[in-house]
Amino acid sequence: MSQETIEQLKPQVKTAIVDLLYRLADDHLILGHRNSEWTGLAPILEADIAFSSMAQDKMGHALAFYRLLHELGEPDPDTNAFLRSGEQYRCCSLVCLERGDWAQSVVRHFLFDEATRIRFEALEQSSYEPLAKVARKLRGELKYHTMHGQMNLDKLGDATEESHQRMQKALDRLFPHALGIFEPTEWDETLAAEGIQPRETELCETWRSQVTDLCSESGLAVPDDSEPIYGGRVGKHPEDLKKLLDDMQKVYRLDPDSEW
Amino acid sequence: MPSDTDHILEQRASDTDRVWAALENVKDPEIPLISVVDLGIIPEVQIEDGRVTVQMCPTFAGCPALDMMREDVRNAVLSEGFEAVQVDVVFDPPWSTDRITPKGRRKLKEFGLAPPTKCNGNVTGDMLDQVRCPYCDSDRTTLESIFGPTLCRAIHYCNSCRQSFEQFKPV
Repeated sequence: MSQETIEQLKPQVKTAIVDLLYRLADDHLILGHRNSEWTGLAPILEADIAFSSMAQDKMGHALAFYRLLHELGEPDPDTNAFLRSGEQYRCCSLVCLERGDWAQSVVRHFLFDEATRIRFEALEQSSYEPLAKVARKLRGELKYHTMHGQMNLDKLGDATEESHQRMQKALDRLFPHALGIFEPTEWDETLAAEGIQPRETELCETWRSQVTDLCSESGLAVPDDSEPIYGGRVGKHPEDLKKLLDDMQKVYRLDPDSEW
Repeated sequence: MPSDTDHILEQRASDTDRVWAALENVKDPEIPLISVVDLGIIPEVQIEDGRVTVQMCPTFAGCPALDMMREDVRNAVLSEGFEAVQVDVVFDPPWSTDRITPKGRRKLKEFGLAPPTKCNGNVTGDMLDQVRCPYCDSDRTTLESIFGPTLCRAIHYCNSCRQSFEQFKPV
């Protein structure tokens, strides 16, 4: 998008786009970091490679969103990723939670990537062309994440009694957080009215129905009485995020002016 | 006798050819047999008043080789004697493995990578299950892992020649 077109955005619309982009970028950055925590530790080599690759992809996707933010006058990607404090992040609580056991990581990855698939499908039609282009570009890469998520859900959902129990427990624990991916924001109406993105409630409904079916095919039951856990989109995060940021930002903050 | 306009157009065409020829020598750092042109990541080259603009669409968004390739592209064009070279990273058109040229696909196989199945932007599980072994051409192969040693590779096993191989995975 040319500089001119950006300047033509109505201030309220621009603010709404910026908010949406921060939610997208921060979710991807933080989940990318969480995925990377399995590097060298995953149960088998293929799983290790998969989580490390997905970590790298998510970082790449986060970078694409941070670049769009930079075009809109926000700080450059590195500054945004490494120099903000916790309450400035707009990620949902699902991605903040500690790695947990393998079941928790697999279920989180499945729930998040299905949500991302549904959101990206909608964003491909976005009236904000730079965002639509990114969504179209990332579709093929994301496909491997959803394939991997579904495959593992299917394998572990009813492999053994223990795997089933662990997966169900993870699903019960994470589902309220996953509903928080779709936390309504004060910008939803503007974004929908301008054709930039459908309302969060609408995306959530599609997602809920699809993940319920996929889980049930894998022998797992989506809890139907979950209360969503909100707060992430206004900067209220679980303690887990603070620890993650301390780790992730430590080296960069030693010398923010270095060339990497 | 050619007119001045014809002359300028001819000059411009030959300059463009020189840039494309220079780009043929820029290789993917992870697969040094294949050039950025054959990889399909250069959708357009423009020359205006001696200033060259090369468009480059990244393969995978998180590919760490991108900055290096960008620098290599710039240097290759500079070494052809052009004074101002700009490399723009663009997401439009979105890169797909369908953009890899027939020569590029041959080079991948030569390198030991099974070329990606044509996917029209929509990868399905079948495309990953039915992959010919790049060593013995057998189709008795099994998918081992959709993630491999780099973002662009999946791991398969050939039941005929009994060795694992990698595929440049379709996106």
